[in-house]
Amino acid sequence: MILSAIVVLTLLAILFGLLLGYAEKHFHIEGDPVVDQIDALLPQTQCGQCDYPGCRPYAEAIADGEADINQCPPGGQPGIVALAELLGREPKPLNESHGEESIKTVVIIDEKICIGCTLCIQACPVDAIVGATKQMHTIIKDECTGCDLCIPPCPVECIYVIPRDTGLDAWSWPEPRALQG
Amino acid sequence: MKFELDTSPHLQPTASVHRVMLHVLLGLIPGAIAMIWFFGWGVWFNIVIAIVTATGAEAMMIRSRGGDARATLHDLSAVVTAVLLALALPPLAPWWLTVTGSLFAIIITKQLFGGLGFNPFNPAMAGYAALLISFPREMTQWIPPSMIAEHPLGLWDTLVVTFAGSLPDQLPWDAVTAATPLDLMKTRLGLMDTIGEIRSNILFGDFGGRGWEWVGNWFFVGGLWLLYKRIITWHIPVAVLGSLFTISLLFYLTNPDAHPTPLFHIFSGGAVVCAFFIATDPVSGCASAKGRLLFGACVGILIFVIRTWGGYPDGVAFAVLLMNLAAPSIDYFTRPRVFGEDRGS
Amino acid sequence: MNKLWRFNGGVKLSGFKSLSNAAGVKRPPLPKRLYLPLQQHIGAPAEALVEVGDKVYKGQLIAASSSFISAPVHASSSGTVVELKKHIIAHPSGIAEDCIVIETDGKDEWHSSISALSNPDALDLDELRSRISEAGVVGLGGAVFPSGAKLKPTRSIDTLVINGAECEPYITCDDRLMRTRPREIIRGLLLLRRLVNPTECIIAVEDNKPEAVQHLRRAIDELKSEGIGSVSTVRVVAVPTLFPAGGEKQLIKVLTGKAVPQRGLPYEVGVVCLNVGTTAAVYDAIYEGKPLISRLVTITGPNVKHAANYEVPIGTPVQHMLDIAGADDTGGGEQNRLIMGGPMMGHVLPNAQVPVVKATNCILVEPKADVVPTTAMPCIRCGSCADVCPMHLLPQQLYWHARGKAFDKLDHHNLADCIECGCCAVACPSKIPLVHYFRFAKTEKKEFDAKAIFADQSRVRMQIREARIAQRERELEERKAKRKADRLKKKKAKAAAAAASANASVDDQDQASNGVSV
Repeated sequence: MILSAIVVLTLLAILFGLLLGYAEKHFHIEGDPVVDQIDALLPQTQCGQCDYPGCRPYAEAIADGEADINQCPPGGQPGIVALAELLGREPKPLNESHGEESIKTVVIIDEKICIGCTLCIQACPVDAIVGATKQMHTIIKDECTGCDLCIPPCPVECIYVIPRDTGLDAWSWPEPRALQG
Repeated sequence: MKFELDTSPHLQPTASVHRVMLHVLLGLIPGAIAMIWFFGWGVWFNIVIAIVTATGAEAMMIRSRGGDARATLHDLSAVVTAVLLALALPPLAPWWLTVTGSLFAIIITKQLFGGLGFNPFNPAMAGYAALLISFPREMTQWIPPSMIAEHPLGLWDTLVVTFAGSLPDQLPWDAVTAATPLDLMKTRLGLMDTIGEIRSNILFGDFGGRGWEWVGNWFFVGGLWLLYKRIITWHIPVAVLGSLFTISLLFYLTNPDAHPTPLFHIFSGGAVVCAFFIATDPVSGCASAKGRLLFGACVGILIFVIRTWGGYPDGVAFAVLLMNLAAPSIDYFTRPRVFGEDRGS
Repeated sequence: MNKLWRFNGGVKLSGFKSLSNAAGVKRPPLPKRLYLPLQQHIGAPAEALVEVGDKVYKGQLIAASSSFISAPVHASSSGTVVELKKHIIAHPSGIAEDCIVIETDGKDEWHSSISALSNPDALDLDELRSRISEAGVVGLGGAVFPSGAKLKPTRSIDTLVINGAECEPYITCDDRLMRTRPREIIRGLLLLRRLVNPTECIIAVEDNKPEAVQHLRRAIDELKSEGIGSVSTVRVVAVPTLFPAGGEKQLIKVLTGKAVPQRGLPYEVGVVCLNVGTTAAVYDAIYEGKPLISRLVTITGPNVKHAANYEVPIGTPVQHMLDIAGADDTGGGEQNRLIMGGPMMGHVLPNAQVPVVKATNCILVEPKADVVPTTAMPCIRCGSCADVCPMHLLPQQLYWHARGKAFDKLDHHNLADCIECGCCAVACPSKIPLVHYFRFAKTEKKEFDAKAIFADQSRVRMQIREARIAQRERELEERKAKRKADRLKKKKAKAAAAAASANASVDDQDQASNGVSV
């Protein structure tokens, strides 16, 4: 009686052990899915306002518990709420020391002033600036994330920030907001 | 809430929650009068006590949350809850029973979940169920219409009974109160009596409980009013009564001695008022037509199941509460096919 | 034969049509300036062909269609182009868009190219189609879809539906058009019939417009007696008055029993559907050679003195029309709320300076004093909204998810199928502005999706850049290592040979290109 119990349990233990081992080997998940999930929620502006050199490093820092979820101004409050939901934390207001949530912008290069120094090209995290040494540069508007990283290196201050889109296509209905009273 | 942006449609809706609830109350009037007629002034006191308690509790809760209590009370939903609960209580229920039930219904079941529109359970039925579980003795002391005829209790006498708990002329409680027909049916069936023997009791009328059948008829009239005014759709009443009738008919046909007739099931207890007024509560019920049919049918079946095999004589409250739990899932799975949608391919 | 079907839901509304449908069509005097937006239609905006200072004539092409789904714009009167600028347009946003501004000279001179065709019935189909497109004809029922694109169905068509239902309250421009120009509508229909080659043609009119039905039937009889075409196969059908019976999908369902597939187009069930106004515009374009430069507009409202239908040149400022109709004595629309379209689906105009465009079927003038702000209560899940929804949606579920911005749930509940007809909102006992929530959610979802696509694209570009930088660094390292090895080798060689040629070979590899190209 006792013997059979021991045998059965041992056999079960071996069976489940094998199953778990098999699952570990064959259903192994590459990479760190949490980091991927966090990264997917970040706006990919790559602006570095979070104090990390891009969205992916920030995602890794959040996953490691190094960084808080409220350090991304381009993501804004909706981004924080999404992160909080993913990580099961309480949403909190944006940490103002990293910047303020603003409208989406792009930059343009004043092509009359540009001297073709390539410094902005090197600064652009998403390769949205085209040009060559001593040649005028220009910005691919559709690729520009509005990170503004190209502005500080420019020696002649020929890069300006403009709102991303205006016009009918960019217009959206305001949220139905209740009036007081 | 007023909205700052002006968008279409620019026509004002003619319907309003106030109007919906008002019509529900109007629909309840014939049944309520019938109940007062058959079961005495106690019903009236129950209604008054419940309304006062419920509106008071609602006002208090809204004010504590910083809301506009007057505007909230104007929707009349608390009054509807109070009246439905009061009509479910025994006519000579002590005042504290009504107060406790109303408080439970409004505070716990409704306001703590967020108020009108957010309660997952029917407040009146949750209040009733809480009382039934907590005070089973008080909740089963009904007065049969025959007793009212024998010992007519006046307004004042009833008031004394309700608030002081003492009967006039040293009448013993047992002389006045008795079980409901459903209760009696259940107990006697448990003792292996046949339906015929049980039905000979004075509590029973032509096909339901004496008095109860007329109450049912008048609630039916009120329900037709709601249908006529398009406050409710036909789906839930038809499904509740239809399924209750069908399943009780099946069992009645297999063994008429052990199972009462389908008409007895429909015209006793709360089946009719449930079908038209309780299961049709939109907040805690289903929204789609198919969903309503399923919801109603399940309520009907559960009423029969609880009455026949459950621990309580009437199953209306528990049937409705159980189906409230299932309502979101039913709604999810009975989502209508969108215009032109082809789910087949 | 005349069997009609039903669509789900819908609401019965008071028509208020008698306010404006009694009087005949009126022709207002020309405004001083015409503002012609380049985009008055679905699709790509037209491209301006004129410059400031150009003299233009009535009917002259001033902006050309820029793609297949686009429509040209023509001058609605003669005069001088005085400005090409952004002017506020009829859109709830109040956004200013590119407009051609014409100062009218009052002569209303036709352009020399405009002349009636000698033998329009001999035109071949492609010619016919391109003439309709070139005349700038778009759907005048409200959707302003370029009609030319609709008239090239890729499968065989069973039914050609001419939509004269006009189910919105207050609007009577189609009613009036059907009474005034029934012959033209039917001859336009015969042209369309040649194009799409259907087995039957139906003109559908809501049964609250018996005069329109009568006029159309009489016109058919007349044309028959004149021996024009096989008019007898054209049926005029009165459909029950129930909003939104004039919705394309609803009307097709009522007439044929067929449901246009979800997010599909009518031609997929063998139907082409055009508005009566469009049909008349097709007639004008082919028989008269006139482009679409004016349309019937209902100016109505409880306090409008001369509420009626006006033949308004496209580009006329709304204010001009209000003055003529005696709608707005104070000016500027201060006391009135102006709605372009009907009360169910129209939108409030930002001000009275916006021009009348091809989509403008009605200007509804409501005293602001009559507008009561709605006070919304919590949803009680009563299901009234679902009961009236002509698209079989569950508005109360959509409402929850729109408030929570749960885009995947909104998708699951088919938000995209909402036609914004407003039935749910007028049926709602809690007076929740459901349509507003849905419009908000739709644009929000569009933005959300665009953001997600953009983020993915940025991520990929960032990854490519990082990979490139990493590779360059690796190459640099390798080169450095190689150089080191070389140097070592050389040192050894030098030590071994202890000979002369020492300094030469190092320098030329020193230029690591750090400045970058894309």
